[in-house]
Amino acid sequence: MQKLIDWIDARLPVVTAYEKHMSKYYAPKNFNVMYFFGSLSMLVLVNQLLTGIWLTMSYNPSAEGAFASIEYIMRDVEYGWLLRYLHSTGATAFFVVVYLHMFRGLMYGSYQKPRELVWIFGMTIYLVLMAEAFMGYLLPWGQMSYWGAQVIINLFGAIPVVGEDLSLWIRGDYLISGVTLNRFFALHVVALPIVLLALVVLHLLALHEVGSNNPDGVEIKKNKDENGIPKDGIPFHPYYTVHDIVAVVVFLFVFCAVVFFFPEMGGYALEKPNFEPANPLKTPAHIAPVWYFTPYYAMLRAVTVGILGLPAKFWGVVVMGAAIAILFVLPWLDRSPVKSIRYKGWISKIALIAFAVSFVVLGYLGAVPSTPGKTTLAQVLTFIYFAFFILMPWYSRIDKTKPVPERVTG
Amino acid sequence: MKKILVTIVFAVLPAFAFAAGGGVPLDHMKPDLADKASLQNGAATFTNYCMGCHSMKYARYERVATDLGIPLAAYEENLIFSDAKIGELMNIAMQPSQAKNWFGNPPPDLTLEGRLRGPNWLYSYMRGFYADPARPYGVNNSVFKDVGMPHVLAGLQGVCAHKPETGADAVVDPLSGRIVSDSGCESYATEGTMTKAEYDETIYDLVNFMVYMGEPSRMESESLGKWVLMFLVILFIPAYFLNKEYWKDVH
Repeated sequence: MQKLIDWIDARLPVVTAYEKHMSKYYAPKNFNVMYFFGSLSMLVLVNQLLTGIWLTMSYNPSAEGAFASIEYIMRDVEYGWLLRYLHSTGATAFFVVVYLHMFRGLMYGSYQKPRELVWIFGMTIYLVLMAEAFMGYLLPWGQMSYWGAQVIINLFGAIPVVGEDLSLWIRGDYLISGVTLNRFFALHVVALPIVLLALVVLHLLALHEVGSNNPDGVEIKKNKDENGIPKDGIPFHPYYTVHDIVAVVVFLFVFCAVVFFFPEMGGYALEKPNFEPANPLKTPAHIAPVWYFTPYYAMLRAVTVGILGLPAKFWGVVVMGAAIAILFVLPWLDRSPVKSIRYKGWISKIALIAFAVSFVVLGYLGAVPSTPGKTTLAQVLTFIYFAFFILMPWYSRIDKTKPVPERVTG
Repeated sequence: MKKILVTIVFAVLPAFAFAAGGGVPLDHMKPDLADKASLQNGAATFTNYCMGCHSMKYARYERVATDLGIPLAAYEENLIFSDAKIGELMNIAMQPSQAKNWFGNPPPDLTLEGRLRGPNWLYSYMRGFYADPARPYGVNNSVFKDVGMPHVLAGLQGVCAHKPETGADAVVDPLSGRIVSDSGCESYATEGTMTKAEYDETIYDLVNFMVYMGEPSRMESESLGKWVLMFLVILFIPAYFLNKEYWKDVH
């Protein structure tokens, strides 16, 4: 066995790679529960890839056959229902773990120097994931698939001069049709997964180059023993692998409870109108995106006045785009001398809480029909969302911080 | 800050109260997918009364027969009226173009209606027909106003003389143990062959069958799910102690 490993290692650096990323990758020993969501994202990604591959074996990407082929999977394919529910619940689970993973980054300043690239690759993953989810959502060809895609693609039409041509180019037709379905299928199952996997590799390579942050925001590499090993670091394998197994089991328990017992999640994961085939002549009474897009949808609807001769819809799209774009520059907005929320002052703490609350409530507002009162609330919350970022260079500098310990605590 | 939070809470709370709303209050009906007799009866009612116009084109006869415990030969003889084979999809002969002429809209496929509308809606709808001479087929519906569908089960229920009330609280039927709402029609313009209780039971079975049809894997999913969750609970034990064993030397 050793001979075989030596033979391979002389030709391909497997041992070096294993040591660099697993057995000699020293992670801080004080990770808390918020640090499980990175590896859980990987688990969900693998679930999506495997179930997705098996779903494509029976799925028919055409306007005439898509809806029926989903029902064929649900009824005639052995365990087809399980594959489909694993995939549809997986999409929801993906966003749950990714949102928590991102929030962890916000809490402990994991985007700060020297981890700017880790954050940017992560944000790009999030962006591609949104495109992936959006395109996958059209594939069942139900009413909400169809009209949700219609609404979102029409948003591009709000861009001055090129807008109409741009949305025509995306659809490949004057309305969502089989052409759109086919290209979304190609992008969903081939193009975007490749990009996603490449980005995950980059995210991890960048992380393992600079090392993991931790809840104290202490750089463990500053304190090394005589062998050059961080005093507060422990090898990722076996310590964090056995740690993650526990998290995986707990996660799978919740995940499987949803998959087997309530895969519709009260109409939030599988929306009721999607049990009816797409009908271009019949608009549903209430069109709402799936829950993971609703915060941005609420921001889009919150913009009700046009400025500079451009319609409100255009500015809504700008706000929606800016809400995601601003996350990319976060590493340069935070001027705080400390990383972790544990040692930041009360302004930063309140700002983070207000940001999280506004994001969640916006998510709720984006899922329900709007009323004048709700629109006003959405406007206030959109303002808080942006204030969190725009005012950050100022409040993170003046905020009174606590001294950061030399070594990690707990 | 506190003020903002209070404002947010009060702005959001009422929305949850109405989240389930939308139009007419509905009667309650709790499906029981383990009740095979009910599902069989529902399948019979559906085939006899509904399938003239409504297909279930995503489902196959054979799957229904197997799931409901009906011998294939008996099913073929009694519940397939066309020359379809037992392995075929449950299509109908009526052309959508003709149907549009007759009813204004072609009758929809009902394979997924149980999931689309939900049991409460279907149960209320099927018990919601009443006499309305202004309508082309002489009936209207308290749940689906000005519906194009005639009251196909008028021979069984009769035609209600008034608009039936809906939205009564759920009660447990003492005889069958079923959870339903005990409201509906009080007086009839024309009598049917069934009593009110018999008709309600027929509709219960029919809706139960349609809920089954919407998701035929539900029973299998829940019985398999129990084993999966039990396995994960057991797996948690070695996972927990393995982690504990390794981490005892981390200080």
